[in-house]
Amino acid sequence: MKSHLVLHIDRIACDARGTCAELLPELMELDDWGYPIIADGPVPQDLERLAHAAVELCPKMALQLRAREGGTRSVLVPTDELRL
Amino acid sequence: MSSMQLLDLMVSNQVTTRTQRLLPPEPWASAGLAAHLERHGALVQHPSSDQWREATLGEIERAGLVGRGGAAFPTGQKLRALLAHRGKPIVIANGTEGEPASMKDRVLLARSPHLVLDGAALAANLVGAGEIIMVVHRDVRGSVDAALAERRLIRIDSTKIRVVTAADGFVAGEASAVVNWVGRAAPIPLGKAPRMTERGLKGCPTLVQNVETLAHLSLVGRHGADWFRQVGTADEPGTILVTLAGSLVTPGVFEVAIGTPTSDVLELAGGPSAPIQALLIGGYFGTWISAPASLSVPFSMGGLGVGLGAGLIVALPAAGCGVLETARLVRYLASQSAGQCGPCKFGLPAIAEQLDLLAEGMPVRYDDLTRWVDEIEGRGACSHPDGVARHVRSALDVFGHEVSEHLAGRCSARERQASRAFPTEELL
Repeated sequence: MKSHLVLHIDRIACDARGTCAELLPELMELDDWGYPIIADGPVPQDLERLAHAAVELCPKMALQLRAREGGTRSVLVPTDELRL
Repeated sequence: MSSMQLLDLMVSNQVTTRTQRLLPPEPWASAGLAAHLERHGALVQHPSSDQWREATLGEIERAGLVGRGGAAFPTGQKLRALLAHRGKPIVIANGTEGEPASMKDRVLLARSPHLVLDGAALAANLVGAGEIIMVVHRDVRGSVDAALAERRLIRIDSTKIRVVTAADGFVAGEASAVVNWVGRAAPIPLGKAPRMTERGLKGCPTLVQNVETLAHLSLVGRHGADWFRQVGTADEPGTILVTLAGSLVTPGVFEVAIGTPTSDVLELAGGPSAPIQALLIGGYFGTWISAPASLSVPFSMGGLGVGLGAGLIVALPAAGCGVLETARLVRYLASQSAGQCGPCKFGLPAIAEQLDLLAEGMPVRYDDLTRWVDEIEGRGACSHPDGVARHVRSALDVFGHEVSEHLAGRCSARERQASRAFPTEELL
């Protein structure tokens, strides 16, 4: 099942720390310089928790989850979601 | 040649076309307010009337005017977007023209500054803006200042207008970079969200509109949608300013109806000065198309199959080497990255390096090159990497034969040195 969320990277803030790709190898790979490439499409539902964690743990706060339908606001992560 | 001398040359090379709307009929006709009003008449506006605003926005939408700065975004839709947000809007007329080979915005501001100012005033009245900021290339600052002084004498404008000299650099003309330049003296792009129309300069909804678009807007405001659509094609109505450069007899800035046969467009510049192998359309961020096949088709997105961008056409002579020219332009584009986003900061120089090696007929990591081109697309805060991807992909396609030659360590071009097709003074 696909969720209604998509991953978004603030490319200016991103500093190639690679945390996201480590947590979410299913959705993120790194280019030759360590910057993430996001897989196309919305986040599958079974990866949502990991995606939320990746958002929370990005040291540059460059990763966001956004609503799929043209939403621009980042989705607030409920604290419960972070208990993996 | 200094850029001012180049500007003079571009103006003096002007050929009057049947569909000339924006530029005065005579190259050296006065650009003053009296001549302007005599030619175009006054632009009547009723800023306090909702009925006037709705009717005018309707005309603009029906006219089908799209932005002439490169992205071709529908102007009516952009104006409406500003109305949807809270706060006192600001209008920025963008005459930065960071594209090194393009001269059309400068020629327009030198020859018809009042048309642009009229368009900015109209846009400001339509969205209820409290301020207009004219961001203009240093070469035409004097022309814009003089025009503004004339207007202040007779108090023609109800909105406050100030002029800012544009920053240098290829990405300085990108909408968010212009806002960043005016607001923080840093001509580098901001991230994509939120949109400028929502929160731009000083947090206000900001309309950043190319100066040519504003000039067209002022004419739609005067004459309406039907008039605007009298020339051009049904899908791409109106005229467009083009900068014709490269291997042409008299390069310059000209105004053409969209849909004019491409060969007729080139004839305005006296036609090719040597046989042509390819045209770069739009800008350095644009697309290569092969000639002579493309010469017989209409100069439009529908005809050429590529966007008209900022209206640049550069003609590459058959004797030149497309691989060499591409390598040179991409090296320039890589040097112009603001360096804020990793994929652009590291990807562009890597692509440029491989293209340099290819141009020299040296061993190349060709698979990496094409993969990097695919990977940088869509991964910048602005569309600079996307433009490079588009440029390189079209070059590898159009110059496919020459690429194969270079991969085998050969070059079939008669002229190995970089041609004079592209302005060199701003390049490396």
